[in-house]
Amino acid sequence: MLTRHDKILLGLMVGIPLALDVILIWGPTVASIFFSFTNWDGIGGIEAKNIVGLKNYQFMFTGYTLFWPAFTHNVIWLLWLTFIATPLGMLFAVLLDREIRGARIYQSVFYLPVVLSLVVVGFIWELQYFPTDGFINNALGLVKSGHIIDWLGDSRINLYAILGAASWRHIGYIMILYLAGLKSVDPSLREAARVDGATEVQTFFNVVFPVMAPINVVIVVITAIESLRAFDIAFIINQGKNGLELLSILITNNSISEASLVGFGSAIAVVLLLISLVPIVTFLTRVMRTSQ
Amino acid sequence: MSAVAVAATPARSVRKRRRIRPARVALHAFLITMVVVWLFPLAWATYISLRPLSDTIQHGYVSLPSNGLSLVNYQSAWTQADLPYYYLNTLVVVIPGVALTLLLASMVAFCCTQFSWKFNLTVLMIFTAGNLLPAQVIIIPLYFIYLHTPIPNLGSIDIGNFSFALFSANNLLYDQYIGIILIHVVFQTGFATFVLSNYMKTITREITESALVDGANVLRIWWSVILPLCRPALAAMATLLFTFIYNDFFWALILISTGSKRPITSALNNLQGEFVANFNVITSAAILACLPPIIVYILLQKQFIAGLTLGSTKG
Repeated sequence: MLTRHDKILLGLMVGIPLALDVILIWGPTVASIFFSFTNWDGIGGIEAKNIVGLKNYQFMFTGYTLFWPAFTHNVIWLLWLTFIATPLGMLFAVLLDREIRGARIYQSVFYLPVVLSLVVVGFIWELQYFPTDGFINNALGLVKSGHIIDWLGDSRINLYAILGAASWRHIGYIMILYLAGLKSVDPSLREAARVDGATEVQTFFNVVFPVMAPINVVIVVITAIESLRAFDIAFIINQGKNGLELLSILITNNSISEASLVGFGSAIAVVLLLISLVPIVTFLTRVMRTSQ
Repeated sequence: MSAVAVAATPARSVRKRRRIRPARVALHAFLITMVVVWLFPLAWATYISLRPLSDTIQHGYVSLPSNGLSLVNYQSAWTQADLPYYYLNTLVVVIPGVALTLLLASMVAFCCTQFSWKFNLTVLMIFTAGNLLPAQVIIIPLYFIYLHTPIPNLGSIDIGNFSFALFSANNLLYDQYIGIILIHVVFQTGFATFVLSNYMKTITREITESALVDGANVLRIWWSVILPLCRPALAAMATLLFTFIYNDFFWALILISTGSKRPITSALNNLQGEFVANFNVITSAAILACLPPIIVYILLQKQFIAGLTLGSTKG
């Protein structure tokens, strides 16, 4: 049915975007893996003597003092979003998924931070967290009493301070996704549960939540990917130093912004890639299953 | 089944209104508290932006205004910090970025949903997975691609002191608008392809098939048959892509080195250094910078949310 001409056109319509995707995304992904086995500094070509095998990895895991802190911070980020922010977003969705007055307004307000860039989110929260001029310390009376908490400067707590700001944005995002899922649940299921005498809480956990399984997976995947991508807000606060190290920031700091350890930065990128593949593959197998 | 549910609804709500009123009150109290918590940081930032520097120096930031509020910081942000210029930088990236992303993504989605090819699923997975990778995984090689790919310099379009190079003023992708547009288009095409193909799956293939029988070529079918049917999805995606590209910080941070070429979101980071002693002006600039996405969100809320949920719930 398709003419030769049509087949060529279709080939181009897929081929051009695909070529761009392969050249600018998958090519660099593979190149990162290759770079990670070299000590290339970004200048000149890569020769046989630049190949250093697993040395970058060895140094990263044993000698480099920032790797494990950054890794831990990413894990804390993931755990925080998964067990605190995401459930809160789901709770908001469940509360708003009923006929209550003003549901629309509540929803709009909770979603508002999601349209802000993380740069602006960082600025806005700095005004809350500043040691003497910030709202929080003043509101708690800590400035007057002289017990100032340095929310963003103290490396023991600053990660949690920016997680608070990041959650402000993440919760609304999850809420919207979950709300859409809840709306797609067959109302007769809930009705049946109610007729059987189940409470709202029981209905949610025993009927709605299991039906929502595909969306729950998507939400967990999105949360995981967001945690691995975290970069902007930590960079805005202090370039990702002093308690705010993240894998993503170590990659650019080592290879582009501050030093030219291309090979070493790439090794960190490979670690980030390998971790990211877990949620990505989970997501893709999900998509495959539903489209077959 | 649904008729039963509909019939049961009025009775239920009457019963409910009588019985669990305290629960409703508690629910609203909780939600209103949360609304206050949610809006407070924004309201506080707005308050700071309206206070003159002299006032906050004298009384501290956490104080009542002694000489009233003023828009003087907004004025400084607008003129001294060159905000209009940065808005323009964003504009020349966002508009081609969104348009090209939708074009490319809709072509791929069209080909992969309206025809049965062996590799449909593989192609969709390549695009989707590519979009899910953290940008930092690919940034190092990408940075070198940008530094070493020759791009012709065919002059420029100049508006006042603003210059949009055709295609590259330094013969590279690095530090050029075109480079930043390119990476946005390629990265976001992954996401847009995923969403649009979910949408196009719901369009029956008979439409394409009968258009082919009528003698239309595939390019024509894509443009004048399928795209018009996808208008709601395209509108939703355009809204969402606008915000994504507008809010980008990372690509511009690494791939643009000239401060005056940075789009507004990443330019804010430099302002922080420039106006370090005047947080009032920085805050005003930040508020001005986040207004366009907020306005888009308020005006096009429905499209906005549709775009997000199209991507997740059908996947």
